[in-house]
Amino acid sequence: MGIGKTTRRAFLIGSAAIVGGIAIGGYVVSRPAPNPLHPEEGATLNPFVLIDQRGVTIITPRAEMGQGVHSMLAMLVAEEMDLDWQDIRIEHGPPAKAYYNSALLKNALPIHAYAASDLQNTIRDVVGHAGKLLNLQVTGGSTSTVDAWDRFRMAGATAREALKEAAAKQLGVSASDLKTENGAVIAPDATRLPYTDLAVAAAEVSPAKPALRTPDQWRYIGKSVPRLDQPAKANGSARFGIDTKLDGMRFATVRINPRLGGKMTSYDDSAAAKMAGVEKIIPLEDGIAVVASNTWLAFQAADAVQITWEDATFPPQQDQIWQGLEAAFDTDANATGREDGDVDSLPAGATVLEAEYRAPFLAHAAMEPMNATAIYKDGTLVIWVGHQAPIAARDMAAAAIGIDSEKVTIHTTIMGGAFGRRGEIDVPVYAAKIAAAMPGVPVKMTWTREEDMRHDFYRPATIARYRGAVQDGKAVMVDGKIAGISCAHQAMARMTGIAMGGPDTAMLEGAADQPYAIPNYRIRGYLSDMSVPVGFWRSVGASHNGFQFDCFLDEMAQAAGTDPLEFRLAMAREEHAPSARVIETVRDMSGWTGKTPDGVGRGVAFCMSFGTPVAQVIEVRDESGLIRISNAWIACDPGIALDPRNIEAQMSGGLIYGLSAAIMGEITFDGGEVDQWNFPDYDAVRMHNVPQIAVQIVEAGGRIAGVGEPGTPPAAAALANALFDLTGKRVRELPLNKHFDFV
Amino acid sequence: MTTTLIVNGTRHEIDLPPDVPLLWVLRDEIGLTGTKFGCGVAACGACTVHIDGVAQRSCQVALGDVNGPVTTIDTSRPEPALAALQAAWVDHQVAQCGYCQSGQIMQAADLLATTPYPTDAQIDEAMQGNLCRCGTYPRIRAAIHDAATKLGEA
Repeated sequence: MGIGKTTRRAFLIGSAAIVGGIAIGGYVVSRPAPNPLHPEEGATLNPFVLIDQRGVTIITPRAEMGQGVHSMLAMLVAEEMDLDWQDIRIEHGPPAKAYYNSALLKNALPIHAYAASDLQNTIRDVVGHAGKLLNLQVTGGSTSTVDAWDRFRMAGATAREALKEAAAKQLGVSASDLKTENGAVIAPDATRLPYTDLAVAAAEVSPAKPALRTPDQWRYIGKSVPRLDQPAKANGSARFGIDTKLDGMRFATVRINPRLGGKMTSYDDSAAAKMAGVEKIIPLEDGIAVVASNTWLAFQAADAVQITWEDATFPPQQDQIWQGLEAAFDTDANATGREDGDVDSLPAGATVLEAEYRAPFLAHAAMEPMNATAIYKDGTLVIWVGHQAPIAARDMAAAAIGIDSEKVTIHTTIMGGAFGRRGEIDVPVYAAKIAAAMPGVPVKMTWTREEDMRHDFYRPATIARYRGAVQDGKAVMVDGKIAGISCAHQAMARMTGIAMGGPDTAMLEGAADQPYAIPNYRIRGYLSDMSVPVGFWRSVGASHNGFQFDCFLDEMAQAAGTDPLEFRLAMAREEHAPSARVIETVRDMSGWTGKTPDGVGRGVAFCMSFGTPVAQVIEVRDESGLIRISNAWIACDPGIALDPRNIEAQMSGGLIYGLSAAIMGEITFDGGEVDQWNFPDYDAVRMHNVPQIAVQIVEAGGRIAGVGEPGTPPAAAALANALFDLTGKRVRELPLNKHFDFV
Repeated sequence: MTTTLIVNGTRHEIDLPPDVPLLWVLRDEIGLTGTKFGCGVAACGACTVHIDGVAQRSCQVALGDVNGPVTTIDTSRPEPALAALQAAWVDHQVAQCGYCQSGQIMQAADLLATTPYPTDAQIDEAMQGNLCRCGTYPRIRAAIHDAATKLGEA
């Protein structure tokens, strides 16, 4: 059931008060955006709650890529509306300005997330509204619940009060005499008036700004609710983008230049065109598409097309790329993420140490290969795609085939993983081009795993050069320089078509913004303009800084002669109490003593990312020369824990995603082409090498923060630090299987 | 010339070349999309189905080589072990993105058919061919143990 079809026979309720969030800031940004669910009405209605004859549907306009966001957003509305959890329906909804992400840009401010004075929070909220101006309906940066926390509860509360007022008029009583319960308004005489019966009248009501429920009244928030997507994901009926079915649909695949960024010089499809099931071969600027009667037949035919390619647009060899990153250190700093004290004047007698760390390119490697289905008919385009930025997908697909954005409809499907990959617009653009070449025919484009692995927007490789000083067991100075390629610059250019420069502080996250009291603390970023395609990978800058910065702190603790956990704890205590609580919690959970028997090693790591401090302890064991990761303990503080069971899943999964990269993840280039093809050469942690994992949630931070990404950054550092404890060998590059043999 | 397939108890006459992998017959021809494409080289297990009751990677079995009835995750009449696993998957809230879970569950059903009370080591052995990028392994393990216990009590 698509939204458009539902809307035509739906009764909508709502209020102008909630659309733009709680209005702070200038007129333009706080003016309500039109309600995408019923634009023909011309009225501003609640875009998150839709009531029709079937009941209540909650619009959850964020990408469900496994993090449980649809259920979490539904929880916020259900809490205020008193909906029975079993009766809730959810739909992603269309791309629309009303669904902008107010939290996304807040992270771009030069304020450390933990240093939240009221003034700074106000600035964050005002800047957050600029997300609407930039059409940022984006899922990323662990911002979905941050953005939704007030908006979705207010949407539910407004709907509840409108329904009560409608019932009050009907019954001739005061709304204050009514209560709500399991999808109905309850009259003083206990009569139940179902929301479905009240919806038409409620749509005429504009209630005053309602009060939100207080924590002691919460029925769902803070409890573990059954995720709404679980039954369909256990019986095979969940419909991912790749499962889109349309009458008369054909099946396509692409071969894009493996020398990334280069175009196609020429092609010969004479053999492929004669192959079984092949219906059309479409030349694209940078490759070809094959349309066939079956996806596998399209794969076979694509292999048979002879293509000559232009060269890649960046230095073709991996060692040249490393040299390009090294050269970036000789340029002016692009950004200074932090500058406390004076790193150049040290107290007499301080011990100084230096180290260089490297982190490789990484693929996202989501389980569902890239795909999209599209039909182009009578000048309009409809695309079914799992996407983290549907407005950008719509606009760039429209531009690619020369039609207006209004002529494009996007159906956002659930995603078989994304991790940042599905925010890129290449997939909907290719689908649009294929559909435009096959007017009137629905075409599903599926990439092979090899095409997916070798045409990613990779986590940037980085080199970090650290200098630190310790004295009397404590850190007195840390000075870091990080060289990389800016995924923020590249991704914004791809998503908006506008090149942007400026300081890229996202590359410094996880190093510059750590809640540590170090009197002399400086972190600077250096950019290379090599055009290796890079993008946002789960936890972004913190994905490499979490390893490089934290491992260097471990070296500083070693040089200071201080227990590594106590070393971090002392610095956090002076700067940010919730972070200190998290470190204490992981100490207590793991029974940390700082001592391990022969054959056992333990490492601790900490990283605060996206507002959530996370501490991890990892234990490794030597099993006849092979390393087994036996245990992991995780403590985190998301401020407000919406759903503990879901947080436990995200933290465990984030750790495992980080461990996969730490142990074996690496993308390298040869001749401008990615060396890795498929899971046999870009593998991940599997059942037999997963540690026992324990998760504990602390709620001391107050402000709600995300959980999708923050579990990933400390994993590599905790493992490398544990391996140092076990073997005495300090490894400063990833993946670790270059230096250790794992089970 | 067509090939006859029995899938989830239903007979299908398939008009495709015999070298098309079963995966793509199920997905594109029959429209049973519960079975997932992950890698095409038997490295991830997302496409696992049962042929004659035995777990197989459907991306590696050619249509012409299918030598028995096929059961997929989409079946409306699951065997007791499959049904118990599906229930345990929901109880333990195993899925995150959920894309690999069809294959995980079909592989686990094969394990329980031969090993009613698997040890952790036996689960490792049986399940290590099934990749999950979300990292749901701890809950997969717990759900398999739970389903085994409940089947034993039934």
